Amino acid sequence: MKRPIRVLIAKPGLDGHDRGAKVIARALRDAGMEVIYTGLRQTPEQIVAAAVQEDVDVVGMSLLSGAHNYLFPKVVELLKEQGVDDVLIVGGGIIPDEDIPGLKEAGVDEIFTPGTPIAKMVDYIKNNVKR
Amino acid sequence: MPYSQLIEKMLEGDKRACARLITAVENDSDEAERIMGDIYRYTGNAHIIGITGPPGAGKSTLTDKIVKELIREGKKAGVIAVDPTSPYSGGSILGDRIRMQDLALNPNVFIRSMGTRGYLGGLSKHTKNALKVLDAGGYDYIIIETVGVGQSEVDIVKIADTVLMVMVPGLGDDIQSIKAGIMEIGDIFAINKSDLPGADRTALEVNMMLDLNPDTDRRPPVLMVTAVKNEGIVELVNQIKEHFIYLKESGRFEVRRKNNLKMELVELVEEELRKIVISHAEDENKLNDEVIEIYNKNKNVYEVRDELIRGMGTHLHRG
Repeated sequence: MKRPIRVLIAKPGLDGHDRGAKVIARALRDAGMEVIYTGLRQTPEQIVAAAVQEDVDVVGMSLLSGAHNYLFPKVVELLKEQGVDDVLIVGGGIIPDEDIPGLKEAGVDEIFTPGTPIAKMVDYIKNNVKR
Repeated sequence: MPYSQLIEKMLEGDKRACARLITAVENDSDEAERIMGDIYRYTGNAHIIGITGPPGAGKSTLTDKIVKELIREGKKAGVIAVDPTSPYSGGSILGDRIRMQDLALNPNVFIRSMGTRGYLGGLSKHTKNALKVLDAGGYDYIIIETVGVGQSEVDIVKIADTVLMVMVPGLGDDIQSIKAGIMEIGDIFAINKSDLPGADRTALEVNMMLDLNPDTDRRPPVLMVTAVKNEGIVELVNQIKEHFIYLKESGRFEVRRKNNLKMELVELVEEELRKIVISHAEDENKLNDEVIEIYNKNKNVYEVRDELIRGMGTHLHRG
């Protein structure tokens, strides 16, 4: 069944900067994906509800506020609670290198930090979607 | 999970199963027809409301407010929000949920975004299928928000019981409102952003246009609303509900749904025949050869058409 990859781009927490998220959304659009953008200041519960209803293949979270160690794993946990186990979960933003192993252990599949070429991200998504 | 099980869970109100089924019917999957066939008998109960209007008119914001009002009495509402797909990359940005953030967690609301995927009528090819899934899933109201439309994207009228045309001030003079197309399909007109200058004039022009309609059975109402301030919403929702009662009582409901079924049937037959003719012609590379013949003026398109249709006769055995 050939269909476009569906991606939810989400901004969890109280960080009000979404230029990066919009640039990513646009880049994924140009790579042929259907990108659902839900806007600023989402709770993990809202993100998971949107991911379930939109039946996305990828959840991408962007966070610049420093709350990633709480919010990213929370989204992963709530997705698991809903029985969603076939969604690729990626994160991006200002994330210190030393936090990355912990996030991956918590179930985030990949973290993209500033300076990552957009093509690398697109390829990663295309090669790693789970269904 | 097998589809029969998904259908069972969807009928019990499970949102994830509902979402999965929409994905299946939104794509031309082998299962899509089977699913549609299986759920068909559970459909037909919802009031289907189309919301259309130009880009930036406030359709999503208005949808958010209308849904909140509709579900006030414990009813369930499904929303399908359509945004355009890029003709170049095939990708899209589906951003209608931004205006409906606090509906996401409401247990009685289901929102799904869709790309048009090359379809031009203001919807996507499978919007109809998705809405039937929601209908079967027990949603009392289904709101279809079209892409931002121009003048001729009128497909919404083929699937909605009630079409709400959202207008805003400042988009053109009164000649726009007497043109054919989009202005003819509204059952209710809402002038949104009515706090802006020019709103009265827009309302006046729409009213003048409507007064010229030969159909005197029902004249569509024109309402002033300001969605972001939640003004005029209660009256608008009352009008939406009243239109449904009018459809039922006047017998137009049945006429409209039967007309739509007929159009759907004809479309499905056309599509299937098209597939058969084209696959037959392409199998044998016939199509390209014929194009060369036509290009060289050895044949004309009409005789080739007749040849292709005659050649199809032996390929009509399906399944």
